[in-house]
Amino acid sequence: MLDPHRIREDFPILKRKINGYPLIYFDNAATSQKPKQVIEAIKNYYENHNANVHRAVHTLSQEASQLYEDAHEEVAKFINAKGMDEIIFVRGTTEAINLVAYSWGCHSLKKNDEVVLTLMEHHSNIVPWEILSRRSGFKLKYADINDDGTLDYEALENTISDKTKIVCVSHVSNVTGVVNNVRRVAKLAHEHGALVLVDGAQSVPHMPVDVKDLDMDFLAFSGHKMLAPTGIGVLYGRHDLLHQMEPFQGGGEMIKDVSFDLHSRRITISWNDLPWKFEAGTPHVSGGIGLSEATRYLAKLGMENVKKHEYMLAEYAVKRMQECTKVTIYGPKVVSAKCGIIPFGVDGLGSHDVALFLDNYGIMVRSGFHCAQPLHRILELKSSARASFYIYNTREEIDRFIEVLKETEQI
Amino acid sequence: MVTVDDYIARIEGTCGEEKDIVVVFKYDKKDEAVKKILERARAEKTIAGLIFELVFKNHSFRIYTSGKAIFRSLKSKEELKALLADLLL
Repeated sequence: MLDPHRIREDFPILKRKINGYPLIYFDNAATSQKPKQVIEAIKNYYENHNANVHRAVHTLSQEASQLYEDAHEEVAKFINAKGMDEIIFVRGTTEAINLVAYSWGCHSLKKNDEVVLTLMEHHSNIVPWEILSRRSGFKLKYADINDDGTLDYEALENTISDKTKIVCVSHVSNVTGVVNNVRRVAKLAHEHGALVLVDGAQSVPHMPVDVKDLDMDFLAFSGHKMLAPTGIGVLYGRHDLLHQMEPFQGGGEMIKDVSFDLHSRRITISWNDLPWKFEAGTPHVSGGIGLSEATRYLAKLGMENVKKHEYMLAEYAVKRMQECTKVTIYGPKVVSAKCGIIPFGVDGLGSHDVALFLDNYGIMVRSGFHCAQPLHRILELKSSARASFYIYNTREEIDRFIEVLKETEQI
Repeated sequence: MVTVDDYIARIEGTCGEEKDIVVVFKYDKKDEAVKKILERARAEKTIAGLIFELVFKNHSFRIYTSGKAIFRSLKSKEELKALLADLLL
């Protein structure tokens, strides 16, 4: 098991006080805090190796290029991809999904095709497909969820047909914490010749994710939710798919050759090798290095241990929250169906009231729709408060959270 | 001349069907802002002397001594600023 008290020593921000109280950070589903190892790796890069990558023969550029390429390899290893040619660095999950929508979808989706989503998706896995659907005319179909927020696999099976070209599904819901059986979803999709895109924003930071074992075609995730800086994320894509796909953006880095024919005055372009074909312009080198250090940190802890720790916290929190008479936990009550994300409400209080109340005592939780408005509509919620845990959270913090939560009963 | 903006660090329109508006007062003006608001609005309820449920001109809102306030049922930031002007200036 993890020792969160030891881990906390690596996170300078956790020593902060808010309104005179020790900081309790329960907004990890929004973004994680950063350990000094990641902060140091970025600092070391800028102090010792900073240069543009893949553009120069000088020493610094060679060092920066090597660090940046190693970062791709490190991430590939973390999710068990074949190698760095299947790892594209992007800004985050949103950009990764947009990349698939535009590079693959624009060329592969025709009028009579169908794209299947679920009603528990984050807006980042809805809006790009809605935009493209309006442009290309293909049909979007939404698979239902059960009353407790879990995915209705029978409904999903009935939604997928031979017209389906891609099934886009969250591995873990960012609202309820429900963990979907993506291997089952991939099997259903593949039986109909469709691809599967997994939004791993809430899974890759919190549990072992093996793209081969889960038979994923695409996996999107963000660095900032897994100890790395903001502005860096990953699209994993199966090599053969990425190879066939057109580039997402044009510019430097993503081309191998731009030749100008003096006679015809025309340009001929050939694309760079993978993954650079999809990384136009000067990339976020320090972000990639930070992400690489973050994956090393997590791998050292062991992702199975990370998962167990968060499960233990979630189980304890759900049990203790049931002591609060005015608190309602949304989504499945069975912790085994979910991970360390707990959406809740307090009778007579809006979610923002709850969040501000907790903030007053140094406890940070998210409130609102969490960028998943359709799911709130289905669950008949105006909004929700959300506590979400990570490697540095402790049972003692949950005890304090419950103590303050009980005070809301006075309101 | 002192204006409402002199007191406000941020106004955050929240997401959710409730459409609440959260006001964060500037750190160096928060105590003054809270004091003035408590003098002018009617307190309905107090919790531990830290959180106050208030009513002013038929608008209910909650203020925290940490320097934040949450306003409900306001149509716009302009309406909010007009209300804050009456409370603060």
